Amino acid sequence: MQLKLADLWTNALDQVKTWARVNSPWVIHFNSGSCNGCDIEILATLTPRYDVERLGIKLQGSPRHADVLICTGPVTRQARERLRRIYEQMPEPKFVIAVGSCSISGGAFHRCYNVIGHIDEVIPVDVYVPGCPPRPEAIIDGVVKLLEKLRGAKTQSANAEQEGEWRDDNRG
Amino acid sequence: MTTGSVPKRFSIPIGPQHPALKEPGHFDFSVDGEVVTGATVRLGYAHRGIEKAAENQNWVQNLYLLERICGICSHIHATAYCLGVEKLADVEAPPRAQAIRVLIAELERVHSHLLWLGVTAHEAGFDTLFMYSWRDRETVMDILESLTGNRVNYSANMLGGVKFDVTDDNRKAIERGVNFLETRTRHYLNVVTTDQVFVQRTRGVGVITREQAEQLGVIGPTARASGVLRDVRVEAPYAAYRDIPVQPVIETAGDLEARFVVRLKELFESYRLIRVILEQMPPGDLNVRMPRRPKAGEAISRVEAPRGELFYFIKSNGADNPERVKVRTPTLCNMASVLVTAVGQQLADVPMILAGIDPCFSCNDRAVTISKAGDATSAVWSWQQLRQYSQAYYRRRL
Repeated sequence: MQLKLADLWTNALDQVKTWARVNSPWVIHFNSGSCNGCDIEILATLTPRYDVERLGIKLQGSPRHADVLICTGPVTRQARERLRRIYEQMPEPKFVIAVGSCSISGGAFHRCYNVIGHIDEVIPVDVYVPGCPPRPEAIIDGVVKLLEKLRGAKTQSANAEQEGEWRDDNRG
Repeated sequence: MTTGSVPKRFSIPIGPQHPALKEPGHFDFSVDGEVVTGATVRLGYAHRGIEKAAENQNWVQNLYLLERICGICSHIHATAYCLGVEKLADVEAPPRAQAIRVLIAELERVHSHLLWLGVTAHEAGFDTLFMYSWRDRETVMDILESLTGNRVNYSANMLGGVKFDVTDDNRKAIERGVNFLETRTRHYLNVVTTDQVFVQRTRGVGVITREQAEQLGVIGPTARASGVLRDVRVEAPYAAYRDIPVQPVIETAGDLEARFVVRLKELFESYRLIRVILEQMPPGDLNVRMPRRPKAGEAISRVEAPRGELFYFIKSNGADNPERVKVRTPTLCNMASVLVTAVGQQLADVPMILAGIDPCFSCNDRAVTISKAGDATSAVWSWQQLRQYSQAYYRRRL
């Protein structure tokens, strides 16, 4: 019985955590060699026409307060260490969205001499948003995909657990 | 006796990731209390090696690449390149194409200046103005999208002309948008010159005197705010500016407020130019045939980007690829003025002073090696050599 109570408690805690995480992701933006195009589109998603703040998304200045790192551009040799360091400064759990063709494949700057490559050669990426630059709608879609992933991962495991319980009940 | 003594120099590192700007740049400000006593900058976080990459692509492919030097002023980069290559090939784009080029350039200037207005207001903590100006900026983004099909990298230019026409529907939409923006800009001009709280952050802050501006080689709206007339559209008109003279906007105060006023007044000038172009749009073709390989030679093209003079040097040896493309962008010219004017100012004003020149780091990061005159080692570097050099350089630095 005691074990079950502890499980319930953890489950409830997990649900609260997921709820908090999904409802108010704080994002930080880093440009590791982008042409600015994606950056201004990210800013446009924050401003009144697209306004992601209504979805609880807030652009944050410090990596230590952020849940989601939005990366733009290919990774240049000079920016690599910085990108890695910013990622390491973020508290767990942390997620990365790569915005723009450059951050996915190097794009127009593929194999330039000072470009190391794309973002996921340096840090792990959760969601890719293609486009040169992607429209604000696409960026919002990317964020929503990430949130669904977060929510889905939790509900999926919860479902699996419930299913297991249900089977156990039937068996009993 | 050194214990207990106060360190004379206290330095505050800012960047490359910082909440103020969206682009990477590292600044080191030494401060005495709240007052800045020295400033240094480290650039190069966005250096990708575009100039070298341009040598490995053919003339048409470069259009795509060079447009991506900067996402904010992408059209003007492509225009400068096209004008240069057309000069090399002895081809002139038809008048209608020139007019459309200028039309897009002015719309781009409108979008860039409104963007700047918002970002710089944001640096002052005036987020209301930031949100309003970005809301209104969407009007011009819609116009650009309806004209070209893309919000940011318009890809309007091609060698020998432009890719699309301006229809009557477009014309009406542009006129409607410009009328709306004009009333809004009037409002913003009123806000930045009369809002007491805001004016306290801008009036008399970060002054670049006329002498300083000339000494430091400041260009663009930043120079025009210090009373120095530097505007390529006026000094050396290109494309349709030859038929439609531009009235330059000049302010003499040289402080942040003047930079706001200059850019906002330039918006009115842009609205006027857009209306004139739409009225006097010459009929005719959109493009002419270009030879695949321009003749061997060198060409220089200068255009006025939203941030100042943009300079392209293009060298051809008659091959499929250019032999050299050299780009000189306005931000690097203005960067020195930030380091000079920041000294003696409050640390809290530094973000605004920095944003005041409308910096664009993706434009300005490039590598330069300086070789002494008569140095035998000065030669053209191969791609492989550059890659090795950059690896060795960053191994040393990091």
